[in-house]
Order: sequence, then C-alpha cells, then structure tokens
Amino acid sequence: MTMKLDARIPDGPVEKKWDKHRFELKLVNPANKRKYDVLVVGTGLAGASAAASLAELGYNVKVFCIQDSPRRAHSIAAQGGINAAKNYPNDGDSVRRLFYDTVKGGDYRAREANVYRLAQVSNSIIDQCVAQGVPFARDHGGTLDNRSFGGAQVSRTFFARGQTGQQLLLGAYGALMRQAGKGAVKLLPRREMVELVVVDGVARGIVVRNLITGKLESHAGHAVLLCTGGYGNTFYLSTNANSCNVGAAWLAYKKGAGFANPCFTQIHPTCIPQSGEHQAKLTLMSESLRNDGRVWVPKNKGDRRAPGDIPEAERDYYLERKYPSFGNLVPRDVASRAAKQMIDEGRGVGRTGLAVYLDFADAIKRQGQAKIAEKYGNLFDMYHHLTAENPYQVPMRIYPAVHYAMGGLWVDYNLMTTIPGLFCLGEANFSDHGANRLGASALMQGLADGYFIIPYTVGGWFAGNKFPKVDESHPAFRAAEASAAGRVKRLLEVRGKRTPVSFHKELGRLLWNNCGMARNEKGLREALERIPAIREEFWKDVMVPGSGADFNQALERALRVADYLEFSELLVRDALERRESCGGHFREESQTPDNEAKRDDANFSHATVWEYAGEGKPPIQHREPLEFKDVVPSQRSYA
Amino acid sequence: MSQETTMDVTLRVWRQKGPDQPGRFETYAAKGVTPDMSFFEALDMVNEELVVKGEEPIAFDHDCREGICGTCALTINGQPHGPDRGATGCQLHLRAYKHGDTITVEPFRARAFPVIKDLCVDRSALDRIMAAGGFISVNTGSAPEANSIPVPKAKAEAAMDSAACIGCGACAASCPNASAMLFVSAKISQFALLPQGRAERERRALAMQKQMDREGFGNCSNEAECEATCPKDIKIANIARLNREFLRAVFCSNEKHPETDGQEE
Repeated sequence: MTMKLDARIPDGPVEKKWDKHRFELKLVNPANKRKYDVLVVGTGLAGASAAASLAELGYNVKVFCIQDSPRRAHSIAAQGGINAAKNYPNDGDSVRRLFYDTVKGGDYRAREANVYRLAQVSNSIIDQCVAQGVPFARDHGGTLDNRSFGGAQVSRTFFARGQTGQQLLLGAYGALMRQAGKGAVKLLPRREMVELVVVDGVARGIVVRNLITGKLESHAGHAVLLCTGGYGNTFYLSTNANSCNVGAAWLAYKKGAGFANPCFTQIHPTCIPQSGEHQAKLTLMSESLRNDGRVWVPKNKGDRRAPGDIPEAERDYYLERKYPSFGNLVPRDVASRAAKQMIDEGRGVGRTGLAVYLDFADAIKRQGQAKIAEKYGNLFDMYHHLTAENPYQVPMRIYPAVHYAMGGLWVDYNLMTTIPGLFCLGEANFSDHGANRLGASALMQGLADGYFIIPYTVGGWFAGNKFPKVDESHPAFRAAEASAAGRVKRLLEVRGKRTPVSFHKELGRLLWNNCGMARNEKGLREALERIPAIREEFWKDVMVPGSGADFNQALERALRVADYLEFSELLVRDALERRESCGGHFREESQTPDNEAKRDDANFSHATVWEYAGEGKPPIQHREPLEFKDVVPSQRSYA
Repeated sequence: MSQETTMDVTLRVWRQKGPDQPGRFETYAAKGVTPDMSFFEALDMVNEELVVKGEEPIAFDHDCREGICGTCALTINGQPHGPDRGATGCQLHLRAYKHGDTITVEPFRARAFPVIKDLCVDRSALDRIMAAGGFISVNTGSAPEANSIPVPKAKAEAAMDSAACIGCGACAASCPNASAMLFVSAKISQFALLPQGRAERERRALAMQKQMDREGFGNCSNEAECEATCPKDIKIANIARLNREFLRAVFCSNEKHPETDGQEE
C-alpha cells in the first residue's frame, strides 16, 4: 500500500478558495441526514463543537471521551485567549494580517490555504461564542475587550480572564449537552478508543474500552472524527493533563493514516519550573502575562541574591534587549530558546538555577495591584497555590515546558486523513500552525474545525460517496476487538518488576534531553537507539496489576505508555530527518550567527508525512510540498 | 523554596472494589515526602509502591492538576478538596501538613454521586442537569455580530464570577442535604445576568431545577458549607438568584414545569 497525498486545495485566489469549495461540496438532503452516523472521539473544543454542530444539522452523533464528563477535556485549561480578525481596536488588523502572522509565526511550514480559511472563519467563532453566553472581557461601553499576544503587533485576542479555554469549552459543552438532552447526541464518557475499524479501505467504526467495566464496545458509523488532542505527554512532563495521550492518533497511523511533522512540538516559555523528581506534570502560566510582566535574569553569572536585592543596573531584560520591536511579546519558540540560552550561560535563577524571572513590579507600580488582579487574578492565585510565593510581591519564576503539538495526523483541505472517512480536528491534526503555534490560536483552530469547517466537509463526504451496509456484526469489528483484547492480555501477563510510570519517566527524560529545546544529529541518533531498548525492557519487565475486566488505572496508563514508546521513535526520526531549524524545531547544526533558527527552504519547505510500514519496519517518508504564493517566506525577525 | 527537608505522613484511604461492595479504610505510609510535593504526588508515590508489589493502586480521578478541569473529587480530612480555601484537591500541597500527620482520604459523599471504585465517584447527574437546560439555544451559524449585544462591564464580570464553576460537585459533597443548588445557581446566574440568556430564562430555571430534584440532590437550607468549600469562590448569592429565577418562572410566565426529561420543542 502506498500512500497518496492529495491535499485537495481548491483552485483560485486564496481568499476565494473556501467559498468556492463550500459551493462545490455536495449537500445531504435534510431528511437524509439522520441516516448517517458520526462517531466523534474527544470532547475538547474541536470535538464538542463538531458534535454539537453536526447534531444540530440532523446527523446521528455518538460522542466518546476518556473523562467522566465531556466538560473536562483539556481545552478547559487554556488560559490566555482566542484570536480573531475583528479589528475592534482599529489597530490595523484584518483577515489577511491574521493569516500573515500565523504563516510567519509558524515559520513558513503550514499550508497557506488552510491558514487563510482559519483567519476567515475566526470572526464567526467570536460571534457564536458570545451568543452562547461566553462571558468575554468587556469595556465600559459594553463592547468586547482585546489584548495582545506573542508574535502579533495588533490586539486581536479575546479573553475571559485567564480562563478563556474553560469558558469556550463550557460554551461548546452547553451546545453539546443541549443536543444530548434532545437525544440527538449519545454521550459515552469514560471510554478510550482502542481500535479503528477500517472496512474496504474506509473508516467505518471504532472499538472503545469502557474504563469502568473494562468491556470492549464496538461502534459502527459513516465517519469517524478524531478530536483527541496532542501528544505532548510523550515527554512525560508537560503542561498537558494526565489523560491527554497519542493513542487514538497512533492507532489511526497504524491503520494507514499519515502522521505529519511529529517533531514540531511547542515548548512554552512560561511554565512553573519543576520542583523535584516526584513531579507529575507542569503548569502553564499564560503567555498573556508577558503583556505586563518583564522577563529578566541577573547580568552576572551565579548571582544568587534574592531578586529584590539585585539592582536595576545588574538585571538583563534580555527579550527587550534582543528583540526591541516585539520585546517580551516575541513568539513562544523564540522566548523559550532565549531562556535556555540564559540558563545555559549560568544566569538561571531559583533553587535549581533552571528558571528566569517574570516580573510584575513595574506593571503594579504603573497600573495598581487591583488592575493586575482583574486581568490575571486566577493565574496569580494558581501560582501562589503551587509555589507558596506571592507573585504580587516577588517575581514569578518560569521555565519552558512541553505544551502543544503542531504535528499530528495529516489531513487534506476537508480535514480528512489518508484513510477515507477518518477525519481529524483540532490539535490532533497537523494543519494550521506550521512549526510554531502563535498564542491564542489553538482555541481558534479547534473551534474553527468543529463549528465552521467539518459541518460542510463531512456533508460533502456523505453526499459524494456510497456506503455499503456495515454494522457492529461485521467481522472487522470482531478482529478489532480481538486485537485490542490481545494487547490488554499481553500487558497483564508480563508481571514484571517496574511500573508503567517508571518507563514513561525514563522515556520522557531521554526525549527532553535529546529531542527537546535543542536537537542535534548525535543526540537524536542516540535516542533512536535507546527508545527500542526501553520498549523491549517495558514488554519484558512492566508490572500491571489487576484485571482487564475492571476499572484499572494502571492498565490505562500502561496502554498509553506502550503507545508513547512506539510513537516517540517516529518523533525522533522526524527530528533527525529535518536537517534545518524552524519554529519549535531547533537543530543546533542550523542556526544564524546570533543563534536564531535558520530555515532551509530549498530542502525542507514541505510537511513530512510518515506512513506505517508494519511492525519492526522503518516507516516510509512522504512529502507534501508547501507553496507560498501569498506570504513570501523570509528569515523570521522579531528584532 | 528551600525544602530539602523530608517528612513522613500516614494516609488513611477509602478502598472499595465496586459500587455494590462494602468499603473500608486502609492505611498507607508515605515516607520521605517533601513539603513542595502536591498531595496527589504523595498518592502517586504510594501507588507506585503498590504497583511494584503487584497490588492494585488506589483509584482516584484527577486530570489537569491545576484546579480547572474539576475531575478530582476527594474528601480530605473531612473536607471536600481539603483545607485550602479556594483551591481544589489537586492544588493541595504537603506544606499544609507536618511530619507524623495522618491524612484521611475519602471520595466525595452525596447520594447522587455513587462510588465507582475507591475514591472515584459517578457525577453524571451534573451532566444531566446541564442537558436539561444549562445552555443558550443558539445553533452554529445563527449568531449575530458579537458587538451588536453590548453587555455592561459589571454584568459581564458578575457573569464571569458565576461561570467560573468547574462542575466538581464539592458543593453537594459538603452540604448536609447534598444539595447541588450552588452548581445549578452558578449556571442560572451566568445566563440570567447576560442579555443573551434572557430569552429562555424561565424554561431554563424550571428544567434545571426539576432535573436536580430527580437526581436525588437535596434542597438548600442556607448552611453555606458550599460557599466555604467551593474551589472557585462561587457565592451563595447565586442561590438567591436561582430562587428568584425559579419563582419568576413559576408565577410570572407561561412556561410550564417540564414533566419529562430533556426539552420540549
């Protein structure tokens, strides 16, 4: 089987493509919509918005989530905001500028047509969310307020304090629950996808594990939508919630879906530093804080004085110094790398030396504590709870951490993967952010995919194809159940001496050191040797107590770690093959004299798409060439 | 942060194999923990030791570990989410305890939250209340331009205060009547305060209240335990607003009290 990549980008000028495409997509007669079953996996912004919108149209929708309630998907934790090209502040924004900033911010590794469409629908998202009762911040006249975010010189970010993801998700969740109440959506929480069912080359169903009973349940449908988020937890420590995992995407990959750019992992500059070996996850401090916080380290190496004792003249506000026009609001990849440089120079702060300061003293002096509390109160409280330090009085200590996956399942313009009938939305797909995502663009993309893109493209898929009858009695479901049951059984039978978590930690440490903020040929090759060894050890020595026919959290973790141990190899291989620096992917061999990422457009202006070739065989590399007609690639500069 | 110091604490943990089986407290030693560890990281540590021995770890729900997803549902020394005001259980750190302390851990207790296993409970009742009316009925694509609906800043801020609810259910777990009125009133208030929510305020109040009763939650008798426990500082003034909205719907509107689940169109 050889994979064919057809991005199905419509012809014509970039600003007309989506209109043209929407008109050309066939429609499903309203009376026929109820004959189509849609399976939506994941209930974050992408999944909840897609499921609600499709049910509103009249399709039969089943929704699956790992959590005990769809409202708990990890979109809930997004803090800072959501971008849109409303240009309410009259500061020069437009659809074209949002498009431009996103393509440039992604270091010219995203597909222009998709990004333009994202910018186009961004304004409708704000309208929709406001109508749902999302309590965005407002000005005294009652109109919506905006703030600025990294990588942009306009204020286009809408926000609900530091809880924007929560409020947007609860809006989408409300829309979803409305459909559930009407019986148009069937909700299946505490279910984890364990197999994708492909019949005659077309995705026709899934098998999920009921996490309470351990039972494997088969569900047939006419389309499967994976809205299962990113793979950041492969690194063990990340800002992702515990249940975020690569499982569903990885199963799809092994069934023939291309996986694009797995090495594009965003390392967010402002997270609370790790405090010890026991740490289970890292906590983000929103990028919005860089609107008012100033990032600095001592000028002198090894200066261990308390921050308040270091006089102004002995501080290095290095982002303001290096990037005067963007200052503290440079994009995330640039800010993370700069922090790493300071720390590598021995100028890190705090007990471990693995942190830089984010200081609000000037902003508090200028605006008053009440104003700062109004803007960021919940973030300051969160920091205080975690560290027992009061950021109104002492600067925050921050450090970069794995945060977001720009890579993901390859999708065409319809958000369909290389498996017909299998769609992928939100963070789980690869499409819009290139090699680096700008702040406040993840929420925009998740909701764009779910509210305003998939309702059209899934309809086109249904109307344009014939579907032989496939229900849960089809032998493909028995085979898929047997395969999933086999994996569970194998894990339970090892009865070794190490916990699943211990393997996950070992893998995470290796990835962070060898494939983290800076990568080089030697380190990547070393990781490629170590990962199979850890994997082998895992299958020989892991201990998973209890049974498969029960609520078994150790088993859940073991299944996910088994996936990480396979997926990580692809991630590292992708990083090795991309012998250029771009966005979040920094190859030490490819940098400018002042240590900025140096792209190689002649050789790497493409998305790398990996095809599974079978167990033990190296994956097959494909390329989707990227054409830039509307944004001319240049060396990205924020100076 | 200067805690190289370690300490030992004892965890008394509720273990229960399944919904229909009896539960009991088991005691575990958490040795060599540090004050900057979270309480959940101490549970992780105990679980790692259990797994190595081939024993089943303590089942507990947790996800974001930063106080926003609402997944964790532990009663710690008798208090849902533990002793810290305005924080969830996952935000609790061991600096709240000292060497030699015994910490008792149970699931959230409420009639409408049956235990699934150990410390995990079923809170789907809260989802069913939301399905009954916790939304504004607006289909995708039919929204007017966002700035065509001005909302006074103070109203928007007050709506946000109510909307901050994370749906954890601690209000019900702390209430002597196991009432979910704080949860319901937070959503009712958010929409009652916003012009967008006005069109179906009566139907919403009736439907959510009805579903809440069906799920077996008790009534409010002004104990205010919920407000003291709420990790997001949701105020009981919301409950007063819920009562007003409910009475308004009953006496000042033509909306009928729904007799069936879900929405009648």
